[in-house]
Amino acid sequence: MCLGVPGRVLTISDDGLTALVDFFGVKRELRLDIVDEPVQPGDYVLNHVGFAIRRIPTEEVQETLALFDQILQEQAAGDLMAEDVRGEIASARSVPSTEGAAAGKDQDRGR
Amino acid sequence: MAGSFEELKFRDPARARALTDALQREVDLIGRKPVSVMHVCGSHEQAIARFGLRAAFPRELDVIMGPGCPVCVTDTPEVDEAVALAAQGARVCTYGDMLRLPGTSRSLADAQADGGKVEVIYSVVQAVELAQKHPAEQVVFFASGFETTAVATAAVVLAGVPENFSILSSHKYVPAAMDVVAEMKETSIEGFIAAGHAAAITGWGIFEPFAARTHRPVVVAGFEPLDVLAAVLELTRLIRLGRAEVVNCYPRCVSRDGNRPALDKLWKVFDVVGGVWRGIAMVPRGNLDLKPEWDRLNARRRFRIDTAAVGGSDRNLLAEQCICGTIMTGLAKPSDCALFGKECRPETPVGACMVSSEGSCKIWHVYGGHPDLRGAA
Repeated sequence: MCLGVPGRVLTISDDGLTALVDFFGVKRELRLDIVDEPVQPGDYVLNHVGFAIRRIPTEEVQETLALFDQILQEQAAGDLMAEDVRGEIASARSVPSTEGAAAGKDQDRGR
Repeated sequence: MAGSFEELKFRDPARARALTDALQREVDLIGRKPVSVMHVCGSHEQAIARFGLRAAFPRELDVIMGPGCPVCVTDTPEVDEAVALAAQGARVCTYGDMLRLPGTSRSLADAQADGGKVEVIYSVVQAVELAQKHPAEQVVFFASGFETTAVATAAVVLAGVPENFSILSSHKYVPAAMDVVAEMKETSIEGFIAAGHAAAITGWGIFEPFAARTHRPVVVAGFEPLDVLAAVLELTRLIRLGRAEVVNCYPRCVSRDGNRPALDKLWKVFDVVGGVWRGIAMVPRGNLDLKPEWDRLNARRRFRIDTAAVGGSDRNLLAEQCICGTIMTGLAKPSDCALFGKECRPETPVGACMVSSEGSCKIWHVYGGHPDLRGAA
């Protein structure tokens, strides 16, 4: 529960309250109420229980992603860190794929 | 851009060896044994266990997990309250690990099996959505977690919640529990490792009064193997020098002041109050409860909660043998408990530390019972 999980901001909602975020290929919506500084598309944020809690400085992104990439690659069932990471990703609101595309770039809209 | 994982500096075996050699030198210079340090984060214990770090620590160094699991320190009567609310017809929403946490007689999983409406959620946002979806019901969020998690609860409160939504707070405040451990007469803990992402919210500055008051150094650490090794090395160096300072070994995530907007929201909604941490003690300033102005959202104010009706006044003889509290204060190890791996297993937990993925007993059980290879060397 202490581990925040990093994801890349794709879009920000018009009201600025939520962001569509890509977590290792999974698109989810995060609340922006408590993030430490303003975020923009392309930024990386740490997710904790469905909220962005920190914008990850650019120079730290690769290091932060590497730990989680490796944890998620663990296929062995029952790895506690991997379970916690998956739980954090599940804590962000799931976004139906069509809605995700509508909120995203125009070129993503066509089928 | 970083290369393969093996090339990353936070995994580099040569750096790991250099760090462990330096760590051995520091411990030798201290010249006492054991030198005991405590971390207060389930994710640190997971990292230590899964990367086999105890095998790399000097024999003379004990790295002990303290009360770093919010589920584990949720007190039995708090679980009884949640079970009673489910029995009284409320829809009780809570984070996953709380489901099997034992109350005096029953857990929320038992309440669910009895037909109670118990929902596992990943985010407090989902609890609010359930309240919107079931306007005729009372939806209670049984809130667990340390201050990092409590800021999310505070955010939904400030954003506005439906009339039928309330909060049974079991949120805990970590710095207060470090005080209790440091001030126990029998404690051997000489320094503390603080959790990186929790400190991302609070900032490392909050540990300075603690270090000054208890004469113990604090090092803030990340979760990479080398993050943990580097933090333990820095902590032993501070112990050798007798310097009760706070050092931030996780600057890429933690600042001195923390996340001010989040802290502002936290303290608009919550007060620190005294509360019992399961098995440990009454911790002054250890709990986070809703401020009086949020009484209308406080389940303890909104409902008459009858815990006696769900066995809250019964005795549980097996639970009385549980030594979770002694383990969380660093006076015993999971493998010292007579119930560990026998009566108490992840599927049938007796003690709270066997329930959560952040509980030391569950972590030790999953990673082989006694994840300290030095004993076998």
